[in-house]
Amino acid sequence: MKNRTTAERKSERELVVTRTVNAPAHIVFEAWTNPELFKRWWVPKSAGVSLRSCEMDVRVGGKYRLVFGHDDSNSMAFYGTYIEVTPHSRLVWTNEEGEDGGPVTTVTFEEKGGKTLVVLHDLYPSKEALDGAIASGSTAGGMNETFEQLDELLATLSDKGL
Amino acid sequence: MAQYTRTRLDASFAALSDATRRGVLEQLGRADASISDLAEKFHMTLTGMKKHVGVLEQAGLVTTEKIGRVRTCKLGLRRLEEEAAWIERYRQLWDARFDALDEVVEELKRKEKVHGRKKRE
Repeated sequence: MKNRTTAERKSERELVVTRTVNAPAHIVFEAWTNPELFKRWWVPKSAGVSLRSCEMDVRVGGKYRLVFGHDDSNSMAFYGTYIEVTPHSRLVWTNEEGEDGGPVTTVTFEEKGGKTLVVLHDLYPSKEALDGAIASGSTAGGMNETFEQLDELLATLSDKGL
Repeated sequence: MAQYTRTRLDASFAALSDATRRGVLEQLGRADASISDLAEKFHMTLTGMKKHVGVLEQAGLVTTEKIGRVRTCKLGLRRLEEEAAWIERYRQLWDARFDALDEVVEELKRKEKVHGRKKRE
């Protein structure tokens, strides 16, 4: 049976997502820190966006860089630095692609009876930053990007009078 | 931040503690209204109604907008609706991501099992 994913705004600056994964923490951690494995799930097929490259140097002070899109002209990069790396239990990284500093993401992996509770926490620099993200829809990630691409496509179709 | 949240809660409870203000919220739930409409409905002076609306506005329960010479009041929920819709999209993205993660994880578990068996042999 499918596990439930929850998402809530915990405070003015925080968003929290939780999900239980049916595997021990070391396996979930592996899927999260091995770029080849990460690439396979971070962009779900339903998002319809392709991940062109994925570089991850998972250690304190190491960088990651994800590039989405089909070619150079329409690609979009997400990058940042790992601030904390505690194998099998905790990862913290920054999101530096935003103009005035994006959220800091903390993921914890808590193993219980062979299953792992994953808690993902995004802490925004200010209430305004999170409100702004919600207003612009920008951090809904791949999904939003997909809608934007669809909008663009529809716009070009209507321009052509189709 | 806890302090701020408490202040805001205090403001909304204080705003809701008054029967007229609760009535105004119910009224606005049915339709937007101007301050003079509200004053008339609740048999109050314009000044009295302005004060009530001010309290509701401070608590974030009502928003007002001046169009020409009339100040129109509406429920202050729009922002929350937008926020709820955004958070639901965010949840869906993570839900899809975790479903894909489950597949990767199942594969790793199978590999580990095979590997473990080999080790024992």
